[in-house]
Amino acid sequence: MNLLFYISSAIAIIATFMVITRYHPIHALLYLVASFLSVAMIFLSLGAPFIAALEVIIYAGAIMVLFIFVVMMLNLGDDTAKQEKQWLTAKVWLGPSVLVVILLGELIWLILKGNPSSVEISVVDARKVSAALYGKYVVAVEMIGFLLMAGIVGAAHIGKHHRKLTHRFLAEPQNGNGADAIQEIQKEPLETVN
Amino acid sequence: MTAMNAQLVLIVAAILFILGLFGVLTRKNVIFMLLSIEIMLNAAGLAFIAAGARWGQPDGQIMFLFILAMTASEVSVGLALVLQIQHQHKTLDVGKLTQLRDEAVAD
Repeated sequence: MNLLFYISSAIAIIATFMVITRYHPIHALLYLVASFLSVAMIFLSLGAPFIAALEVIIYAGAIMVLFIFVVMMLNLGDDTAKQEKQWLTAKVWLGPSVLVVILLGELIWLILKGNPSSVEISVVDARKVSAALYGKYVVAVEMIGFLLMAGIVGAAHIGKHHRKLTHRFLAEPQNGNGADAIQEIQKEPLETVN
Repeated sequence: MTAMNAQLVLIVAAILFILGLFGVLTRKNVIFMLLSIEIMLNAAGLAFIAAGARWGQPDGQIMFLFILAMTASEVSVGLALVLQIQHQHKTLDVGKLTQLRDEAVAD
């Protein structure tokens, strides 16, 4: 357990340090994926394989992909193609790739070693976790369901783009910055019909 | 799992948490602040897993599951806010979002 844990935590700390010092969001996201994968390896060495799988699938998979989608949406400019070309240089992906390849080596070593219980630690497996989750924590599971529902509704409401319509009597000559929010009346398109 | 190993894992979790905290305090871009919050939540989850592995109980992993669900909803709302900020202010710099500032204090 010890060597795996030391290597994984060293990679996690290095990758996290690289995340908070990058200038470009995509570089930081790549390093953050490496950091989450190494934290998943720490979980595996701590005897929590189910949580390690969830860390890879949900954190490094779903949440980071959501971040990448938003970064791609924000960068829809005129020089998108140039940026794509710029992002695919070796300098960008080499650092995270080296860190992840070290993690892959750890995983292959762990698999080739054969006995899964050779981690020399008491594994709390998914059976125990789910028995407790739907046993004494069932109320908390329902409340987490409410929280996810509120998150969906909140994201759908906030993400909706309101069209700003300026009334023709209040219309001013363009002052350039467009930040004069007092003069602009927010209306739904349906309300203007009525 | 011995107590010393648990202590080591807690030290790693504390280092990750402090890195995330520095990220929130030093960066000005909203996306980097969200990423740093992710790092901090992940470090808290690592501490929970370490405590659960120390006593061999599944409660730590269950707390991590709850942190995971909370993070997912927080990220969805936060990224929707980021899109709105970019759409309305054409910037992601939190130093430029000064609409809530009191004018008398500002001048």
